[in-house]
Amino acid sequence: MKRIIAGIIALLFFFTVSIVLNTDSQTVSGVPRYGEFDLSERNSHSYVTKSVNDTLKEVKFGSTIDAETGSANFVTSIVINYRSFDTLGEVTVLFLSATGVGLLLGGDKKRLLSPIKASPVVKTAAKIVSPLLLILGAYVFTHGHLTPGGGFPGGAIIAAAFLLLVMVDDEKRAPALLKVLEGSMGLAYILLGIGGLLISGSFLQNFLPTGVVGNLFSAGLIPIVYSLIGLKVGAELSGIVDDFVSEGGDNI
Amino acid sequence: MIQYFSLLLTAIGIYGLLSQKNLVKLIVSLNIAEIGVNLFIVSIGYIEKGLVPILSSENNSSTLLFVDPLPQALVLTSIVIGVGITALALAIIVTINHSKGTIDIDELIERGGAEE
Repeated sequence: MKRIIAGIIALLFFFTVSIVLNTDSQTVSGVPRYGEFDLSERNSHSYVTKSVNDTLKEVKFGSTIDAETGSANFVTSIVINYRSFDTLGEVTVLFLSATGVGLLLGGDKKRLLSPIKASPVVKTAAKIVSPLLLILGAYVFTHGHLTPGGGFPGGAIIAAAFLLLVMVDDEKRAPALLKVLEGSMGLAYILLGIGGLLISGSFLQNFLPTGVVGNLFSAGLIPIVYSLIGLKVGAELSGIVDDFVSEGGDNI
Repeated sequence: MIQYFSLLLTAIGIYGLLSQKNLVKLIVSLNIAEIGVNLFIVSIGYIEKGLVPILSSENNSSTLLFVDPLPQALVLTSIVIGVGITALALAIIVTINHSKGTIDIDELIERGGAEE
């Protein structure tokens, strides 16, 4: 009976929102038709043309100098430059979550031992693959302003390298230095923000030259902040993995 | 079409949240609903024949037609927060299982707070 009511509620939700999707978007201002809208009518147009504060002009890849934000990846320019304060909040949420997991599961506990021993082939292969994964993670977060990716995916790849090592080695634990890295990276992000406040007049505003669009050393603060976030997220997720593998173990 | 699919995913997630008794299954339902909502938000920014919102040597001018990057940026935030919520919720469930010995909602309500 309860399941039937739950099903009816879910169906009602589906049909209600479907009806909203089917309304005429010319007369009712709501969700636009899928794939049919004019970008120049939206706020995002000024993010794409890099003209929030600057005048409107064409931005060319590889030749425009000192464009606003200077990032070739528009999503990154929004996440780290125009709406960097959101990202600071996001990093704080992830930090709180990692702290909560550590509070609930952590403590000085021994690791749970895996019931199946990893074979020497797997152990050797993991030792070869994990440094490559670390390099890939570093590549992804340092090229966040040029290619898809950025600090959060890069950090997740770094945590995956740690997870691989944890899975093959029963003795592996997260180094205590990770907590220090995590905290200091968050502190550095806030210090950069205060630097923007002092130099440019607004919290987290860019105060470095933005360079040529498309170069690795361009886009001002974006590569620096994304490297900080990548290291911080990598350390945080590795810490969460470490907390989960040590849950239920005996006290040391 | 993809918008109806994302709504269907959200509806499946809501059904799971309302009907399941197991706490881990509740977290799985929450994740399914979240994926549906994220997909829907990204689909709002889609333009017919729009390019990936990244300047490159092929798509080298800001006057080309790009899809809306703002929903993608918002969903990036949402995904990270979803990871945080899932990790914390699973940690709480592990702690509940240690102290109460069950993760079924009905059994937890029956036992109440009497058992420490």
